[in-house]
Amino acid sequence: MNPLERYEPLVDDVAAFRAACDRPLPSVVRVNEMAASPARVREAFDDEGVAYDPVDWHDGLFRLPDGNPGGNWPYVHGWTHGQEEVSVLPGLALDPQPGERVWDACAAPGSKTTQIADAMDDEGTVVANDNNLGRLSALRHNAERLGITNAIVTNQDARNFSTKPLAFDEFDRALVDAPCSCEGTCRKNPDVVDQWTLDHVHAVAGIQKGILARAVQATRPGGTVVYSTCTFAPEENEAVLDHVLEAEDCEIVEFDLPLDTVPGVTEWEGETYDESVRRAHRVYPHHNDTGGFFCAKLRVGGDETAADDEEVGA
Amino acid sequence: MSDDANADGAPTNDGQQFDRLPETPADREVEGRASREEVIDWWEERFGIEPSVFEGYSFWEKGAGKVWIFNGEATDPSEVEAIGMTFLRTRQEHWKPTTRAATRFGDLATKNVIELDPERAVTFMAGDDQDLPEWNGDWGYLIATHEIAGEQEPIGVGLYLYDELRSVVPKGSRADLPIVE
Repeated sequence: MNPLERYEPLVDDVAAFRAACDRPLPSVVRVNEMAASPARVREAFDDEGVAYDPVDWHDGLFRLPDGNPGGNWPYVHGWTHGQEEVSVLPGLALDPQPGERVWDACAAPGSKTTQIADAMDDEGTVVANDNNLGRLSALRHNAERLGITNAIVTNQDARNFSTKPLAFDEFDRALVDAPCSCEGTCRKNPDVVDQWTLDHVHAVAGIQKGILARAVQATRPGGTVVYSTCTFAPEENEAVLDHVLEAEDCEIVEFDLPLDTVPGVTEWEGETYDESVRRAHRVYPHHNDTGGFFCAKLRVGGDETAADDEEVGA
Repeated sequence: MSDDANADGAPTNDGQQFDRLPETPADREVEGRASREEVIDWWEERFGIEPSVFEGYSFWEKGAGKVWIFNGEATDPSEVEAIGMTFLRTRQEHWKPTTRAATRFGDLATKNVIELDPERAVTFMAGDDQDLPEWNGDWGYLIATHEIAGEQEPIGVGLYLYDELRSVVPKGSRADLPIVE
């Protein structure tokens, strides 16, 4: 079966949803603002004759209608990075600041790590972890091309990530951009729909719960954890949040994203989830002509002022 | 055989971990390891980059002679996959800056910088060597730049020898690019 059918009860306009899922997505690049401003990238594209279109909700993104995001001079200079539009959302939700300690739990191939480092102005420490050593080499290549000097790369299973190799034992912020069923990327990679199985959904949901729980544990009281996927499956989204709300000291918080989204769902196939999962954002392809996405922001519980190192950074 | 110590009991380089460079040659415990002071002096002497540029950074060695630059917090030693970015190849007669060090910090260089015209920049990024007899400066490693969006910007490291500029752009970073006049 086509897994997209099972999400039809969740969407407002089934025909538009299915039509959007069938349309290919354009190549998109994000500007690495550590290296160049969007205006400078536009000037370089103009000089080189690279066609580009702005993205109305983010001035650091350009759609490249002719594709080939890596075949131009701004890319060579590390001024741009090929990254799907919706993929910048978790970095915006995370909102990392210069000087902070940030964990990117499932980091390869590094689009979000590099966006995080850029937002931190390359100051502080971003720990980019992935359990797949092969994909880490792509991450390292991307981080170096973009000129990032504040990243540490680790190769661990995020579910039982140890901070022992680090100079600190808790993070200010953590991003869990989890491995998932990826139907939201069907406009870029139609094979994901053919390869989809419900067994995989259930298996990967267990992994997601383990990683998100560890991220909450590894983040200081009052800190921020962002959870994101590119699947529409509530089993991998709201159900994961619901599980971690029960198991760990945290809450889901309201936040804004700069495009049209709908709230998380509280009921799915006989299951019900905590009301606060409605604060999560679902991004459907037909609402903004993007890929599909899911993003939630959590605040880690506990007394913020009780953190040991609170005065160190003052 | 353990590589933690040599026959005299002195510490040696361990290729499995990142070790912070000693501050000065006087602080050196591991034979052959560059010091922070030497690294920073080398960038000033070779490329005219002010030592103050590197004040906030730490420098690390993993493997024989590969020096990394890092702008965050880390333990010493660090058993991780990477720490910051590769910066400089030491433990050889002529130290060699990495391509990424050149693109990240090369805009601050004031000497041994070679400005390439649009056609030469394309040749360089393709990884091809080119005759360049008109260069009157030093031989050795140069930072190559070209003009983009109205300013000269670094694109990598070239090795200048015998009237020829050799591109040392790593294979994975070479690109077939258009000439932009």
